[in-house]
Amino acid sequence: MSDNDSDIVKDFLVESYENLDRLDRDLVGLEKNPHDKEALAGVFRTIHTIKGTCGFLGFNKLEKVAHVGENLLTRLRDGQLTLNPELTTALLGMVDAVRQMLKEIGSTGRDGEIDYPELRENLTRLQQAGAAAESAGREEVPLPAPEEAIPPASPEGIPSKDMALSPASVAKKPPAKKAPKAAKIQPAQGTIGSQAVEPAPAHAEEPGIAKREDAAAVPQTPESRHHDTAAETIRVGISVLDKLMTLVGELVLARNQLLQISNTVEDASLQAVSQRMNLIATELQEGVMKTRMQPIGNIWSQFPRTVRDVALGCGKEVGIEMEGKETELDKTIIEAIKDPLTHLVRNSVDHGVELPEDRVKAGKRRSGRLILRAFHEGGQVNIEITDDGAGLNADRIRKKAVERAVITAEQAARMTEREIFNLIFLPGFSTAEKVTNVSGRGVGMDVVKTNVERIGGTVDVQSSLGRGTTVRVKIPLTLAIIPALVVTCGGDRYAIPQVSLLELVRLEADKVAKGIELVHGAPVYRLRGRLLPLVYLNRELKLAADARPAKEQDGAVNIVVLQADERQFGLVVDQINDTEEIVVKPLRKQLKTVKTFAGSSIMGDGKVALILDVLGLAQRASVVTETRDRALAGKATEVAGTAGEKQTFLLFAGPGDSRMAIPLSTLARLEEFPVSQVEMSGSQWVTQYRGHILPLVRLNVVLEERRNKLRAMQAPPTADSAPIQVLVLHHDGRSFGLVVERILDIVEDRADVRSASTRASVLYSVLIGDRVTELLDIPAILRSADLSAAQPGLARAAEVAN
Amino acid sequence: MANTSQFCTFYLDKLLFGVELKGVQEVIRSLDMTKVPLAPAVVSGLINLRGQIVTAVDLRRRLELDLRPADMLAMNVVVRSEDGAVSLLVDEIGDVVEVEEDTFEPPPETLRGSVRTMILGVHKLTDRLMHVLDIEKACQMTDVVETAVAGR
Repeated sequence: MSDNDSDIVKDFLVESYENLDRLDRDLVGLEKNPHDKEALAGVFRTIHTIKGTCGFLGFNKLEKVAHVGENLLTRLRDGQLTLNPELTTALLGMVDAVRQMLKEIGSTGRDGEIDYPELRENLTRLQQAGAAAESAGREEVPLPAPEEAIPPASPEGIPSKDMALSPASVAKKPPAKKAPKAAKIQPAQGTIGSQAVEPAPAHAEEPGIAKREDAAAVPQTPESRHHDTAAETIRVGISVLDKLMTLVGELVLARNQLLQISNTVEDASLQAVSQRMNLIATELQEGVMKTRMQPIGNIWSQFPRTVRDVALGCGKEVGIEMEGKETELDKTIIEAIKDPLTHLVRNSVDHGVELPEDRVKAGKRRSGRLILRAFHEGGQVNIEITDDGAGLNADRIRKKAVERAVITAEQAARMTEREIFNLIFLPGFSTAEKVTNVSGRGVGMDVVKTNVERIGGTVDVQSSLGRGTTVRVKIPLTLAIIPALVVTCGGDRYAIPQVSLLELVRLEADKVAKGIELVHGAPVYRLRGRLLPLVYLNRELKLAADARPAKEQDGAVNIVVLQADERQFGLVVDQINDTEEIVVKPLRKQLKTVKTFAGSSIMGDGKVALILDVLGLAQRASVVTETRDRALAGKATEVAGTAGEKQTFLLFAGPGDSRMAIPLSTLARLEEFPVSQVEMSGSQWVTQYRGHILPLVRLNVVLEERRNKLRAMQAPPTADSAPIQVLVLHHDGRSFGLVVERILDIVEDRADVRSASTRASVLYSVLIGDRVTELLDIPAILRSADLSAAQPGLARAAEVAN
Repeated sequence: MANTSQFCTFYLDKLLFGVELKGVQEVIRSLDMTKVPLAPAVVSGLINLRGQIVTAVDLRRRLELDLRPADMLAMNVVVRSEDGAVSLLVDEIGDVVEVEEDTFEPPPETLRGSVRTMILGVHKLTDRLMHVLDIEKACQMTDVVETAVAGR
């Protein structure tokens, strides 16, 4: 095949894929409104174009398939048949077959070996059925000679069998057929070797069709308007746009630098030039960003078909409605959310909407509704997928989660309904009673969440039992250039994406002491009556204290109020600089493990600044770990000793078989490790656990008296001993394992009879199950084991002691 | 003269090292660096190399040598790794040398530890030994990253 030919084939493929996507949409639309002549004509034209072009290019099998489809469509268009689900399914089957063959052509250059005899038979049968019904009641004289219907460019012609079977079907074809053919092939030839120009698909003959259609004027569909705009667009390669985007990014950086210089230099003409440059760069940036924007409708357009197929597959009736199709998103984001959205839509139909009978029983309309809604809000795009189905059953999810050991019964009891709903995004979780081929395998929702979070978005689910479910996906508009707040901490600048920013609070020096309060050591600030947990950036990042000269420090505290995963926290920084448009550059592999940074960017002065990952930072600071919330809640009840409220405790045997307990809520997991898996890191026992290194705290060492402590601490694990029992706990965002002698039981008790503790690391002794039990003080144990800071010191002391 | 290859040489704690010249993008003087908190210690920071953000690796730390004296400015040897450009911080830049294959010898058995994986061997120059550095291994951080995590 010559180069010219392969160019034509490429154009043909691109064009045909677009046409097929439109066919999916139109056919499903037609099913609902079978008398929409305009749409029917559009469908007919599309198939006809494909058939004509592949005849011209010599793809005979593809042509055959398209041909029988066309025959059927002719009858539909001429009103001899009315579209019903059976016909739609057959036609969609043909669309799939054509798509399959196009794929074959794309990879091998040939249209494959299969020519879909069954499909063709089926289509022919349907068409004949129509013809038989027709011939009785209607007189249709096939005026033009059948040969005219054969596209002249087709080397083989159309199998005469098909022709002969449907004389009526060709009757009206020729005029319609010739026009699109000419219109189509021309642009294909015109684009050889140049940038492909979007052809105006079958434009010319539209008025003709319209005239021939009933005067019962079908209103102008969006389809026809679409044709008009098509003439004014050109196709540009994505690589060109990407390159432009990179260049604009550089320009924005240079602009920022120039502005900074011009601010320090007293030169009116430089100022004027830099101002103008500023305006132009901003506009250029907006323009280039726009070229990458696509309406979300582009991916939604497949959903009617998806919904139809899934609904049919599980015997449901579902209608789809869309709002905000024109909402625009960056190309990269569109690509990234396509699969997650498809999954969510399939999921809603498969699990959300009930069977028609059940719906009727519940007093709803037979057919379910699926509403897709997209809108902009605060620099983000919100996409909602709402169904009016059965809704999520919190109790069932709770039960399932406990069954699958995703959470403990204790945790489940404490979780709010909303937290429960969001469990469906955990890996391996599915509440579907049956596994269908669509969903219910428990893979999927977690992938949806991961994919959405990868592009900086969030997923949330709301549901009301019996009324329906809404899944809300929030995603950023673009990833390339974002507005950010620049702050200084420890002498370095950090950028905080504006999307996570809620507000800025400045506490003057004289108000600091009163304004910042402590909850059991954790600093909080009262923001309009609610307690806002405070996170000190320099502490989290282990930075030096404020690096500014003392006279510039005014003692005031700057709080950046941030939103991470529906939770708010205040980030305390040294200085708040300014907001700036920054160009996001990803971090290299070497730094990917540092979860607190989302990327880097070059500032106006040419220095590099890191972009904070607000969610990662919040997780590091334990703002968003749920275990901590519950641990805190647990602690509150402990400390306050609330009257008579029952708590669940984990009972275990400590050193010397003493009976000990911790509140179950502080426990993440129970594990057993063979001693061979325990390694030494300095004098610290550690083990590898879920891809991390888990420090092990030995209770016997912690509780050992001071003089024996160092020796006990140095002891390596003895190889022949039994596996060790480990309680995996989270505290202050760190995980550690507590090595105990033996796990005893889980009990629920009020534990309100208590006496002061006799040793450190023990909160107090209580009566649990009528026996004296020591309740451990986890923070104290951690301090005593001192996992981080004092460890080298201890080791050194040990050397001295020896 | 069969099979010669060119090496860009540099010094680290008075030892002579070499990387294959074709893997070197450029050599530049000390640049402004942005520290990355919480990153592995071998990552000195990020530098702006004409609009490209490049990770700087302290080769002294990476090779477990003594730390560079505070008053000594490091030079950047920017190399191309699989994961894009990486800047290796070295003490001083040496000449470009051309060596023959037969002067090469693998590292002695007595060289142990993680350093061994990064040093392919030595070329016996007339007056001294030139250590041949494996760029990919030196830029790979998988092993150091884990220790950093453990330290947290």
